Amino acid sequence: MTSPALARPTSPSELFIAFTWLALQGFGGVLAVAQRELCERRRWLTREQFIEILSIGQVLPGPNICNVALMVGDRFFGWRGAFAALAGMMTVPLVLVLAATILYAEFAAYPAVSGALRGMGAVSAGLIAGTGLKLAGSLRLSPLGVPLCATLAGLAFVAVALLRWPLVWVLAVLGALAWTLAWWRLRARDPHAGKQA
Amino acid sequence: MSVPAHELLALFGHFLLLSLFAIGGAITVAPDMHRVLVDQMGILTDAQFNASIAIAQASPGPNVLFVAVMGYQAAGFLGSAATLIGIMLPSTTLALAAARWSNARAHWLPVQAFKAGMAPIVIALMFATAWILASGAGQGRLWLLALVCAIVVWHTRVHLLFLIAAGAVLGALGWV
Repeated sequence: MTSPALARPTSPSELFIAFTWLALQGFGGVLAVAQRELCERRRWLTREQFIEILSIGQVLPGPNICNVALMVGDRFFGWRGAFAALAGMMTVPLVLVLAATILYAEFAAYPAVSGALRGMGAVSAGLIAGTGLKLAGSLRLSPLGVPLCATLAGLAFVAVALLRWPLVWVLAVLGALAWTLAWWRLRARDPHAGKQA
Repeated sequence: MSVPAHELLALFGHFLLLSLFAIGGAITVAPDMHRVLVDQMGILTDAQFNASIAIAQASPGPNVLFVAVMGYQAAGFLGSAATLIGIMLPSTTLALAAARWSNARAHWLPVQAFKAGMAPIVIALMFATAWILASGAGQGRLWLLALVCAIVVWHTRVHLLFLIAAGAVLGALGWV
């Protein structure tokens, strides 16, 4: 919508390498890095497209970020792209995490190591919150309007972060409410919408 | 470490099933993994279970890899293949099918309404994740570190690995 021309990967192997690199930067979660790499550095997706893909990944079962990799890969090169992106995301990190498991017993004893892990954990919380702040800007274009978006987001945050309700129920109730409201707003805006293209 | 073939198969089957319930990521079904691996099959200790999650959090890559660490600690490389492929196969197939279905109907009102409606919720879930991670970490200076990082990510293009490294150094020195 607002973005200048987007780029696109030239081959599934480029996807594989891009997702490997992206996964290797993701300590304590890959979401923040994925947004930075896919929207800002490589510019394969707009922020709006990233949120759309994440929305689908979020309501489906399975690791969100792996679903995002699959869908991004599929968008450019069909199932070959999907496989390349997912394999890129998983292969090298899998080798590393198994290596870390084998070494874990030796390292865990040092207080500096557990301290470093604690610091990295706090940073990854910050990275995710910062990415959320950045993406929140795109809600200005939402057909729901800013006040409704803020209300829905606030309710979702309270339910999941403070009340710790199961995500399935939050998505079922709030998701259905948001869906209905957006449907209503979109229809009010364009009475001819609603026919399948 | 030696787990018989029929137990590996049972493990694989159980993770195939769990995959379809893992809305919000594999970590949401971790309690049931604990029930099966630790309580029922007895092939993983409590300490190994917790270490699996911590190791995967501290390593680069998607957090779902904690599942492979559990499989590895329970039953070696075959075990990690059984748990990881089990947890991934159904959900990835479903995600691919759903993405194609919705792309083919991108201009259809219900699909557009779904995307518009979900956007604020998805963003709120990112804040919720950050909140839960930070409260798990505990005391005041860690919150401050998380807050500073959030603002830096929001307003600058500083490399994210630099922030992670800074967090590791501050933690190792005992400042946070």
